[in-house]
Amino acid sequence: MPERLVYIDNNATTPLHPEVKKVMIDAMGLFGNPSSLHGPGREARQLVEAAREKVASFIGASPEEVMFSGSGSEANNTVLSALSCQRERCEYHHEGLHEIITTTIEHPCVLETSKCLQERGVKVSYLDVDHYGKVNVEQLQEAVTDRTGLVSVMMANNEIGTIQDIKKIAEIVHQQEVLFHTDAVQAVGKIPVDVQELGVDFLTLSGHKIYGPKGIGALYVRKEAPFCPLIRGGHQERGRRAGTENTLGIIGFGKAIEMRSQEMEAEEKRLLKLKATLRKGIEERIPDVQFIGHPTDCLPGTLNVSFDGAEGEAIILYLDLEGIAVSTGSACASGSLDPSHVILAIGLPAECAHGSIRISLGRENTMDEVEYMIDTLPLVIGKIRDMSTVYKRRQ
Amino acid sequence: MAQVNWTYTDKVKEHFMNPKNILMDEENYQEDGKGIAGNVKCGDEMIVVIKVNKEKMIINDCKWKTFGCASAIASTSALSEMVKGMKLNDAFNLSAKDINKELGGLPDHKVHCSVLGDKALRMAINDYYMRNGMEDKVKREEERVVCKCMNVTDQEIEHAVLEGARTFYELQEMTKVGTGCGECHEEVTQLLETYKEKHFCQV
Repeated sequence: MPERLVYIDNNATTPLHPEVKKVMIDAMGLFGNPSSLHGPGREARQLVEAAREKVASFIGASPEEVMFSGSGSEANNTVLSALSCQRERCEYHHEGLHEIITTTIEHPCVLETSKCLQERGVKVSYLDVDHYGKVNVEQLQEAVTDRTGLVSVMMANNEIGTIQDIKKIAEIVHQQEVLFHTDAVQAVGKIPVDVQELGVDFLTLSGHKIYGPKGIGALYVRKEAPFCPLIRGGHQERGRRAGTENTLGIIGFGKAIEMRSQEMEAEEKRLLKLKATLRKGIEERIPDVQFIGHPTDCLPGTLNVSFDGAEGEAIILYLDLEGIAVSTGSACASGSLDPSHVILAIGLPAECAHGSIRISLGRENTMDEVEYMIDTLPLVIGKIRDMSTVYKRRQ
Repeated sequence: MAQVNWTYTDKVKEHFMNPKNILMDEENYQEDGKGIAGNVKCGDEMIVVIKVNKEKMIINDCKWKTFGCASAIASTSALSEMVKGMKLNDAFNLSAKDINKELGGLPDHKVHCSVLGDKALRMAINDYYMRNGMEDKVKREEERVVCKCMNVTDQEIEHAVLEGARTFYELQEMTKVGTGCGECHEEVTQLLETYKEKHFCQV
């Protein structure tokens, strides 16, 4: 391992905020079941509810509208899966409402769940996105019908960082009195998110993307919105998610959110500056690159870039040898053998996806690290292009 | 931070960091045979060129280029070293498994990336035979339909094994082989074992 570690893969996960680490270590001995009536139980309950209040107030919700889950993926699964519930008593189940509308660039936990629902008889339509990854709003207007039960559009894309106009989309969906969900896992804590302002019915968030612990997520469920639980067998989370609460995770999540409320605004500006420097450095020092995603409506720390003639897995492994951690949209790194569905969905060729890397900056990254990346990347790309079958041929 | 194991063996890492025999000057390399395998759309492409001692029928030099991942780079680098001084016939019979052995093994899901080098090498050797009037020596890798109902060939089965199929059921999932009359069941099972044996060694 190299001596240096430049971790710029913060959309994959983030290191714990030192303050989060502190409260979690302090809470490590806390063992009471929040459902118990005795002292240890009440102590745990108090801390869980305090965390819930922090999460709720950060997104403009009331505490009873926030349900903790095991992950963002679980929260997304919960909302979507409700559509296939066939019980007559289910508040979510309405005769004839068997259609979901989502997009082609969602996280796999939404796409795979949609595919599964399709096999269970739910009709699923996918909205296209433009060259920047923005949802086609006109297509949405036409797609929503009186048979639509739910529309789910992610707020910010994990791979390319493109931010959707969720407020406008929610308005269109609500004109047809259809429920609207947004997966805001990559957005909350990075850009302002207010459920009242956005007018959403469901919103998913996650702990480990914002310097909290892994294994904890949350779902905002608007007060009047119908609900059907995914995990049954307990009264926890107001009957919405059975299972003893992940108290330690919830406490850490609450603290992470609290720290975001203090740091987000200043960090957003700082990250934009780092990203601009990085982008300029890459542009100046490496020929034949293509930046992917929306130039302005983009997460402050996310930069997706494709290098002509260079394969992504080779790029990330050479960078890894230099102590730099990033991700790629190349098939070879995914294990699934398919290149990034997001990059294909925005209309770029497969070669572009195979040659792309995602750089995601976070609160610990410094200008010094960005400069190290700018110095290292040209060497790596040059080395790969020297042995590339495709690159020189085009020169 | 504790020492973290690299995904690949030290040998793979060494070949990846310092790849041997890269074809830097494609235009001026006077090759005796050239092979191109894969394509960029699928995520990897490989060019292998060879120089041959025509009297002894021995490979004197082997160079390569790729649009490929770490496994493709490391395995072709290793292959290019192995075949120097090797008889054409022996080099033709090298398999991905031999290269993997040399490298100390690749992760299972990366083996399919490493077969590109030896495939391109076989094409380069065939190209040498063609250029030198030895068409009779050319060995084609012809496809043969194994499952007549679903029109599945042996090469498709080999491909599916490389992509991760390990059981008859997984093969069916990926290729639909044997989902018609079922007559090919026995042959497919045999092919499955052959290709597993061919590409995946226990190191």
